[in-house]
Amino acid sequence: MKKRKIPSASPYIRSNANTSKIMLYVLLALVPSALAGVLNFGFSALLLLGTTTGTAIAAEIIFRTVTGKRQTVQDLSAAVTGLLIGMTLPPDIPLWKAGVGSVFAIVIVKQLFGGIGQNFANPAATAKIFLLVLFMNDMTKWRLPQTAQTVDLTPLTGAHASYFDMLLGNTAGCVGETCAIGLILGALFLYLTGTASPFAPIGCLGSFAVLTLAGGYDLPAQLLSGGLMLGACFMTTDYTTAPLTHPGQLLFGIGVGVLTFLIRHYGGFAEGIPFAIVMMNLLTPWLDRLTKPRPFGAETEEKPVREKPKRKFLSHKAS
Amino acid sequence: MKRLNGVRLPHTKRIEEKPLTPFPLPALVRIPMLMHTGSPCKPTVSAGDSVAVGQCIGAAEKPDSVPVHASVSGTVTAISEYRTVSEENVPCIEIRPDGKQTVSGDCVPPEINTKEDLIRAAKESGCVGLSGAGDLTFRKLEDAGKPDLLILNGAECEHYLAVDGRLMTESPSDIINGALMLMKLLKIKETRIGIRSDRPVAVKRMAEACEGQKGIRIIPLPAVYPQGAEKVLVFHTCGRVIPEKQTAADIGVLVLNVATCAFLYRYSQTGIPLVERAVTVAGTAVRKPCNLLVPVGTPVRDLLEYTACDEDIIGDLLCGSTMMGEKIKLEDAVIIRQQNGLTAMRRRKLVQRASDCIRCGSCMRACPMNLMPMELNRAFYRQDIRALQTGKLRLCMNCGCCSYVCPAKRPVADINQQAKKILPAD
Repeated sequence: MKKRKIPSASPYIRSNANTSKIMLYVLLALVPSALAGVLNFGFSALLLLGTTTGTAIAAEIIFRTVTGKRQTVQDLSAAVTGLLIGMTLPPDIPLWKAGVGSVFAIVIVKQLFGGIGQNFANPAATAKIFLLVLFMNDMTKWRLPQTAQTVDLTPLTGAHASYFDMLLGNTAGCVGETCAIGLILGALFLYLTGTASPFAPIGCLGSFAVLTLAGGYDLPAQLLSGGLMLGACFMTTDYTTAPLTHPGQLLFGIGVGVLTFLIRHYGGFAEGIPFAIVMMNLLTPWLDRLTKPRPFGAETEEKPVREKPKRKFLSHKAS
Repeated sequence: MKRLNGVRLPHTKRIEEKPLTPFPLPALVRIPMLMHTGSPCKPTVSAGDSVAVGQCIGAAEKPDSVPVHASVSGTVTAISEYRTVSEENVPCIEIRPDGKQTVSGDCVPPEINTKEDLIRAAKESGCVGLSGAGDLTFRKLEDAGKPDLLILNGAECEHYLAVDGRLMTESPSDIINGALMLMKLLKIKETRIGIRSDRPVAVKRMAEACEGQKGIRIIPLPAVYPQGAEKVLVFHTCGRVIPEKQTAADIGVLVLNVATCAFLYRYSQTGIPLVERAVTVAGTAVRKPCNLLVPVGTPVRDLLEYTACDEDIIGDLLCGSTMMGEKIKLEDAVIIRQQNGLTAMRRRKLVQRASDCIRCGSCMRACPMNLMPMELNRAFYRQDIRALQTGKLRLCMNCGCCSYVCPAKRPVADINQQAKKILPAD
């Protein structure tokens, strides 16, 4: 994109919405669940969240400095990505590995495509996949809350836990994913402040619930375990990588829900939501085109007639 | 009923309660020869001549103009140049008022019995659309064809504008009588008057005034900007859609501003042409916001002095209001006849720089025309004319809602204005 001088023109008044405020609201919405993670898993969880957030911010500053671009760290989007990454990791993953995830998300997934608003895949979800594939062992080592007792299973992979514990986050799992009630509160905050629209989460959780019931699985356990709640509430609502229109967002959410269900029950991985989100990210431009709003009073659009190229290679054969 | 998108502006009720007050005569008025959309007039007086209120001082030579009249009685001191908002240099007549405000003998109530009489009267009175656009009213009447519906625009949906609201509150009968006159002459059966619903006093006064009048209805409009835009107004008052590349006249609707309608009635009674203008002077830099009746050509500086506005703190001085107004220069600007507001905004301490689009979709949800403003921006950056056409850039009316809501503070509307310039004419 060429740099253009932007002249000052009407309107001479602006609303008080701004990017930093939006991202701050997302951070605030993540606080209850992150706090629950820190309370459950102790200091190491706090350190983990700090590392991923700090590394993401540093990666953004360094990349923008090295490439000579205007600093964008003040918009807080890097902080949101970093915190989200930390929340999707198990509490005892080595910190450097978590940092690698943040750097990957910021540099490869976000900045190489032009930074905020330009990337096509959700940085946090992609980083989660990246780490899952790269450090499979560390990514599946769990710990029970309030203890040092490591376990192999989470509620998602078959560990027994009551619904109440799962709602409160009193189970083994990723730092920011276990406390479902915190995530729901955060998501409600986002909708009430108008920061995010509820269409994608509704589509995602709705379609997932329908399939789970149809398949005869334990619905509350499926909804409350794993990363579904975090992904549905905070990753399907990403402005940049989800569709713009409300119908598009609903379709996007339904796609994520269906794919998550399929991966969880028929795929090789226990958790499906990050894969589902990134796969649906690929469809976002198409969903946007499909659900484009009809301009008021516009003539119905005629499809451009495309002239067929003449097949020249046949002509010399005939002569 | 479905409503078109828009934005909620933080309206300042304070201004709406200020009655219309006459402005004291200035020491000098400067009357530009172009106060409408079209060609400038030719001055018919020269320095030293004495003129009276309502005397024609600029003749409309071209068919796309209406004459200009003296707004004060006094002596012509000079014919100078005036730079209009659209950066055109036009002649300008400077008059030193004598304070008597003698009305010219030419001002006799016209005889209006037919549609042709009405069109002639609209032309001779120098009547233009009083909502700010300055379109030629006689042209509108000519082009209207045979409308079956008259819509009066009392929306006045911008910040810092209240003169139409005051008119509807203070003299609703002029508007209703004007509507009755137009209905009779143009053989229109029905009139609908759209008024913003968050102006209950104006709605009530107007409803009282048209009680018992058959065919006139008051339609409360949503308290959302923009309501006064023709397409939005027509859709919200009668549910008709103005299709692309067509005008209100094509679907049998005549749209006039309430002030224009009231003026036509007053002219039919008094014969005094358009020489006085109701203006709201407001904005964050104005300490005493007022609704004033100002002689056309009064220097802006006099008004700012009257309203206790400190010139040093003004950042943007606007003809009109903040959403669609245009910047003017303090030194030489005067009040022109289509101007409904003078807005002085305080200089901002911190100017927020535009950052990258975050694809939040706010602009799309704010656009009254259901366009995708940021997609049009992107198409312009790649100079993709085809995408601009399929994205219906032509439907954009530059209301500014997209820029207003943008959290990245991008000048979305302005970029789309620039994009219009690369579209081929169709």
